[in-house]
Amino acid sequence: MDRPESAPSGEPDRPAVPEQRAGDPYLRVSDLRVRFDTADGVVRAVDGVSFAVERGRTLGIVGESGSGKSVTSLAVLGLHDPKRTTITGEISVGGRQLVGQPDEEVRRLRGRDMAMIFQDPLSALHPYYTVGRQIAEAYRVHHPRVSRREARRRAVDMLGRVGIPQPGRRFDQYPHEFSGGMRQRVVIAMALVNDPDLLIADEPTTALDVTVQAQILDLLADLQAEFHSAIIMITHDLGVVSQVADEVLVMYGGRAVEHGSVEQVLRRPQHPYTWGLLSSVPSLHGDADADLVPIRGNPPSLINLPAGCAFHPRCRYADRNGDRSRAQVPELRPAGAPGHLVACHLSADDRTRLYAEDIAHVGVAR
Amino acid sequence: MSVGDEPLLRVRGLGKHFPVRSGPRGRGLVRAVDGLDFDVRAGETLGLVGESGCGKTTTGRMLVRLLEPTAGSIEFAGRDITHAGRRELRPLRQDLQIIFQDPYASLNPRHTVGRIIAMPLLVNGIDPPGGVKARVRELLELVGLNPEHYNRYPHEFSGGQRQRIGIARALALRPKLIVADEPVSALDVSIQAQVVNLLRDLQRDLGLAFVFIAHDLAVVRHFCQRVAVMYLGRIVEIGDRDDIYERPQHPYTRALLSAVPDVTTLGPAGRIRLAGDVPTPLNPPSGCRFRTRCWKARDICAAEEPPLVPRDGGNQATACHFPESGPAGAGSGPAGAAPAAAGTGASVEEVSR
Ligand SMILES: Nc1ncnc2c1ncn2[C@@H]1O[C@H](COP(=O)(O)OP(=O)(O)OP(=O)(O)O)[C@@H](O)[C@H]1O
Ligand SMILES: Nc1ncnc2c1ncn2[C@@H]1O[C@H](COP(=O)(O)OP(=O)(O)O)[C@@H](O)[C@H]1O
Ligand code: SF4
Ligand code: SF4
Ligand SMILES: [Mg+2]
Ligand SMILES: [Mg+2]
Repeated sequence: MDRPESAPSGEPDRPAVPEQRAGDPYLRVSDLRVRFDTADGVVRAVDGVSFAVERGRTLGIVGESGSGKSVTSLAVLGLHDPKRTTITGEISVGGRQLVGQPDEEVRRLRGRDMAMIFQDPLSALHPYYTVGRQIAEAYRVHHPRVSRREARRRAVDMLGRVGIPQPGRRFDQYPHEFSGGMRQRVVIAMALVNDPDLLIADEPTTALDVTVQAQILDLLADLQAEFHSAIIMITHDLGVVSQVADEVLVMYGGRAVEHGSVEQVLRRPQHPYTWGLLSSVPSLHGDADADLVPIRGNPPSLINLPAGCAFHPRCRYADRNGDRSRAQVPELRPAGAPGHLVACHLSADDRTRLYAEDIAHVGVAR
Repeated sequence: MSVGDEPLLRVRGLGKHFPVRSGPRGRGLVRAVDGLDFDVRAGETLGLVGESGCGKTTTGRMLVRLLEPTAGSIEFAGRDITHAGRRELRPLRQDLQIIFQDPYASLNPRHTVGRIIAMPLLVNGIDPPGGVKARVRELLELVGLNPEHYNRYPHEFSGGQRQRIGIARALALRPKLIVADEPVSALDVSIQAQVVNLLRDLQRDLGLAFVFIAHDLAVVRHFCQRVAVMYLGRIVEIGDRDDIYERPQHPYTRALLSAVPDVTTLGPAGRIRLAGDVPTPLNPPSGCRFRTRCWKARDICAAEEPPLVPRDGGNQATACHFPESGPAGAGSGPAGAAPAAAGTGASVEEVSR
């Protein structure tokens, strides 16, 4: 979004940035590993994950609870407690490396160049301050020379942009005076007030009703079209991903198991875990009397991940390659079509045949 | 209706108003549930769907007598249980059970699984043939748990397994009707599918009737034969599953269905955008409660509450002055009908990316 022309003095001090080449992704994460030392043992919450997001594009990260989605996003935002967390790998935002940088540096980017929206809008808002004041403050933190009036104008403008009626009046109200959907709009206004280039939304609609969810997803799409930001949409809901994502990353046990365009991952999925998710999801279309085909067993503990392919205890095809699935971690490799990656020991031919025989006719995979 | 056709559960005019403080002085009434009529036959599954706060849980809790209704009546197996006390309820307790949403909070952490499942038998003084322990093992097996886990505690189980324990407990007394309040909402999708399949098998094999409360319309479609759609404490539409999903007549049902992000379609296609939020049940709109968000609203919608009446003499009843016709998605939505009243409305957007 345009910074107000009238307030050039409000331009924040931008550190010298290595030139980004055109076409370079805005965010690049390489071999990210996040470990927590806990009383029960070491939690390998993220174990070698890589992805990139360009401006104007949306990456959906899906996986069941505990698969490492939130830990990944908190790492990008530099929000982990350094005393309890070990992070390795590379995170580059707009050409700047974040891993290993002083807190100060990362904090400057956060809220200005990258912003976040969490599941629970209440936790992101302070109950004792008016919503307008909170948005204005978020603006002034990164634009210290802007006057209060100017910041107020900017906040009112943002409230209007996210579809809050009578923004001038709503500015002076408190979070509890807003409904759940309205609060999430306020949080979005606050996240976007500094015109971030990267927006990370972690289950932003999970707590909302479907009609309100639809409003918020539409709003994010509209704002993205207008401001050309890169978006990471984290969700356990494949339906949401199918609506908003350009690219999809499927996580299991802290690792990426499949990665590709939304077409590739949802229409021509290659990983047995993705197959399992798709055949588990009930749909509004197709045969309502057909049984769902669940994945057997339960998601793994990240303290004690199964050896080899972490999915092997639940996989119907784990025995296909002798002991390999149990012994050897499959690497993420090209799955055929350009840009489509999968981490599975099955051969491409096997995957094609098994998908056609076992999966293509069940659930939403159909 | 012949005698053999008597519904198992017969609900008429059921209401629950909660007194609350509103404003600096004065008290208000939250009309959480406001005049519900529906029947459930033996072995039938009725889904109750609607957005947060529309009164689903309140309804479910009244049905199993965890909440006292403030209006209307509940008949179960021909007996009026609307205000039945503990003692009167005892012989019926067996027949009427509830499963809760939260598999964590609903199990006593200090009791073993065996004790939790045996509790309904013990409380009701029932000694099943073969003994309590044998029956509990049988139940554990029935819901797909290892009978050897009899002596374990709830925290040793995953969310899906805990929900199975809750189901086993509900089945202990061989009930005729189970009220299930969001039984799979807290579960991950792969586990959710396991539990939905389990409930379907049990329902078929044991001929159980269900009132299945959920906000997930796709889950309800896979489980229920009949569906009631609620909005602000009222049923706005009720009918057979295929009628509700393929030929919804109430504008709200259409909007709700169109808002579900379905993984079978890529991109946000043809969604009905509803404006605004659900109004507060403290002061619901006059006439049709959906009128503040309805794109078809006219003067009569504010003046007169539309009754829940069947159309075409069929099974599907719709509370709307201007019901929709035709299949879902076709010619529906605000595209065909310009918003008639100021301040209301929604718009349909055909977005392609
Ligand atoms: N004890 C109470 N006192 C006052 N209001 C109440 C009480 N219990 C429920 N309500 C109100 O009654 C309405 C219906 O609540 P209910 O819990 O039945 O909704 P629900 O449809 O189950 O919603 P959800 O999908 O969020 O579970 C809501 O507006 C709620 O705030
Ligand atoms: N601060 C922490 N300390 C220890 N373990 C954590 C911490 N934060 C997350 N975890 C663990 O890391 C794993 C991944 O968590 P998370 O990324 O939140 O999953 P999700 O995919 O549901 O967002 C989980 O096993 C979680 O318990
Ligand atoms: S590597 Fe083996 S266990 Fe893992 S998904 Fe592929 S076939 Fe299944
Ligand atoms: S047309 Fe009128 S009666 Fe029907 S749903 Fe809309 S507002 Fe209600
Ligand atoms: Mg999370
Ligand atoms: Mg509820």
